[in-house]
Amino acid sequence: MALPVAFFAVFFAWPVAAIVARGLRTDGRWHLGRIVDVVTQSDIRHVLWFTTWQALASTALTLLIALPGAYVFARFDFPGRQVLRAVVTVPFVLPTVVVGTAFLALVGRGGLLDELWGVRLDTTVWAILLAHVFFNYAVVVRTVGGLWGQLDPRQEEAARMLGASRLRAWRTVTLPALGPAVAAAALMVFLFTFTSFGVVQILGGPTFSTLEVEIYRQTSEIFDLSTAAVLTIVQFVAVGAILAVHAWTVRRRESALRLVDAGGTARRPRGAGQWALLAGVLATVAVLLLLPLAVLVQRSLGGSDFGYYRALTRDDDTFLVPPIEAIGNSLQYALAATAIALVIGALAAAALARRDAGRLVRGFDALLMLPLGVSAVTVGFGFLIALDRPPLDLRSSWILVPLAQALVGAPFVVRTMLPVLRAVDARLREAAAVLGASPWRVWREVDLPLVRRALLVAAGFAFAVSLGEFGATVFIARPDNPTLPVAVARLLGRPGDLNYGQAMALSTILMAVCAVALLVLERLRTDRSGEF
Amino acid sequence: MHTKTFVAAAVGLGLITLSACGSSSGAQASGDSKTVTLVSHDSWAVSKSVLADFERQSGYKVRVLKSGDAGQAVNKALLTKDNPQGDVFFGVDNTLLSRALDNGLFQPYEAKGADTVQPQFRVDPAKHRVTPIDYGDICVNYDKAYFSKHKLTPPRSFDDLVKPAYKNLLVTENASTSSPGLGFLLGTAAQYGDDGWQGYWKKLKANGVKVVDGWEQAYNQEFSGSAGGKKAKADRPLVVSYASSPPAEVVFADPRPKTAPTGTSYGTCFRQIEYAGLLDNARNAKGGKAFIDFLLGKEFQQDMPLNMFVYPVVEGAKVPKEFTEYGPAAKDPQTMAPTKIAADRDQWVKSWTSLVLK
Repeated sequence: MALPVAFFAVFFAWPVAAIVARGLRTDGRWHLGRIVDVVTQSDIRHVLWFTTWQALASTALTLLIALPGAYVFARFDFPGRQVLRAVVTVPFVLPTVVVGTAFLALVGRGGLLDELWGVRLDTTVWAILLAHVFFNYAVVVRTVGGLWGQLDPRQEEAARMLGASRLRAWRTVTLPALGPAVAAAALMVFLFTFTSFGVVQILGGPTFSTLEVEIYRQTSEIFDLSTAAVLTIVQFVAVGAILAVHAWTVRRRESALRLVDAGGTARRPRGAGQWALLAGVLATVAVLLLLPLAVLVQRSLGGSDFGYYRALTRDDDTFLVPPIEAIGNSLQYALAATAIALVIGALAAAALARRDAGRLVRGFDALLMLPLGVSAVTVGFGFLIALDRPPLDLRSSWILVPLAQALVGAPFVVRTMLPVLRAVDARLREAAAVLGASPWRVWREVDLPLVRRALLVAAGFAFAVSLGEFGATVFIARPDNPTLPVAVARLLGRPGDLNYGQAMALSTILMAVCAVALLVLERLRTDRSGEF
Repeated sequence: MHTKTFVAAAVGLGLITLSACGSSSGAQASGDSKTVTLVSHDSWAVSKSVLADFERQSGYKVRVLKSGDAGQAVNKALLTKDNPQGDVFFGVDNTLLSRALDNGLFQPYEAKGADTVQPQFRVDPAKHRVTPIDYGDICVNYDKAYFSKHKLTPPRSFDDLVKPAYKNLLVTENASTSSPGLGFLLGTAAQYGDDGWQGYWKKLKANGVKVVDGWEQAYNQEFSGSAGGKKAKADRPLVVSYASSPPAEVVFADPRPKTAPTGTSYGTCFRQIEYAGLLDNARNAKGGKAFIDFLLGKEFQQDMPLNMFVYPVVEGAKVPKEFTEYGPAAKDPQTMAPTKIAADRDQWVKSWTSLVLK
């Protein structure tokens, strides 16, 4: 417990507190009156209102569209399932600057909707909502589907045998078991859409502004740190309240689940209804997720003989290295970040899952998620003033990149592991202990086999998130070691066919690397899960 | 107890991974007298050979830290003023200069070669806290193919842009988040005055100007003359960009086109000047001074255009032929004193936002 607490205190709480204090404290006096001044401004209130309702709407829409997907991926066996499961996760881990652009090919001018029905959604709120579904589809499929696949279908069958209707069996057996996972997924989606930045800017245009956009603008452009500090506090309070409610609902619905190997629960669809469901989900995935990604690939292939790809290997003075080296950098950073996130996240999850965990410890559950709800610009600027003295003068150190990425990755680890860890029947542990097993052995032989899948899923998520992480890495100033998203952003920032083409080519590579990483994970997972 | 073992194993794993990364990154501490650290924005670029020449001649090793776009880089430098990340800051422009000077970001240093700077760029003559290094022009670019296809003369001035012939053709950037967007707003304010620019923007809005958030979207998504725009079937043949964008379209194309696909409307330009300065509390002030001298030297000045797509400020520095052919600097751009910008920009951006975006 001590390690995760220290990690979050030093690399999150302290920097954020430092930047907020810089904004609200001058000459040793706090100016808390600013809070009232700022939140009563009508344009700020407007921003708050828009931020909230679009996040609620996006979450509802995402659940509506993705829950059938979670079911299909968990329970149906069909060719290409693994590949598709990996591919739908790709949008989630790609930087919005890239995918937002590709998404316009679906909803924008000359896009599919425009060609078919003459409907253009760009610069409307619908583009924002749909893009949020596009980005967060995988959150629901993986978080909910991961658990769904492990629920023993025989429990539901037993209920049916005892005379329950199909709906009733689902409602009384499956739904309660899925509850925590659905809540976790909904919470994640809400957090991401509440703090949405790139999507709102690119697809909505400058007339839409979320709290996150406003914080960025105040900190980074206007340099009004006191307004930014107030907005950060507001976002903190909002996110904290949601997290607290979530933690409470999850605890209420917790129950020991009987988990089984996911390999045995999926089967081929039966009957017209199930085939239609499968077809519907696949069509949704094809249009909403695959099409924008395909556009990206297509644009990277312009020019002659993969000219954009070949250009990537040439020396480039902006980066001091050929852009292609960004791939290696990204992989190294992401591996380091995954290792850190796994250590921090797994330790935290283990401590949180203990039955004797006190109120204080359980409160930490909510705190761990806060980094997801705090603007990268706040944390980035906070790093600059908080971590500037030895022994922690990390401002220009490379380690700051994986640390910042791990801050975002660790909550994923906790969220993925916690529902499963909590569902482990405590009596198994007790029985092992009674039989003389040491605590380490209990963990190794009871907990580990049961949570191994969750651990791998968590690792995969942390890795993929780190790979595409843009917000934090952009604040780390190392031009000779750009990560993929940073390199893409810099290429897009210059005019010229070659720059644009190279940006598309690098994005395609980033996409492919993510897809391969996720696919490897899928394979690894089934191999291992066969052991128990 | 089991927790400890787990921690040990996990931390060990972490360290192995970290050290694997470390070997290629070689972080080094700043502050030794043989290293000079430059803090700049993301657009900083220099030819390797030119930088190597400086390192060889001066004996200093150069470390570069890029910290976001121009606005972010300045703000971050201000935030770390008491304990700066480097010795020299390059890339504060005339729209942000007052913010930097008023907050005491720089210490005085008159660069060797300051007398070779063209007189119109010189600034802060009493204290020499900053040295002008380069300039550029924020101007409307047009898509040549569109205008020849529609047998239309491209607009030449701000006045032209509100004419019915150019209805729904222009895309610009959000003045509150984008540096060219702000430059264009300042250009109109300089042209039409404190009381006139709002009336101009009302007409521009009525004439169908589109505002997007950043230059990347405007240029790569909406502007029909760019590579990205062509692929995205963009339909706006006019965009607020730079006078140096047309040469970039030639340089960054393979094969190179015979002529630039885009041109510049020279009557719509706002002059942007970039400065460098020696950071207050710099650890290696001596090295920093040498580096500023280098930035004003002819070798760097002539290397700049094709790397950062800006124009040199010293007399007699040669500009590559792509620039003289497709993107010479504006002859008579709009300008504005940094103090005036500092005094009015927040208010202007606010009124602009409610006028144009709402």
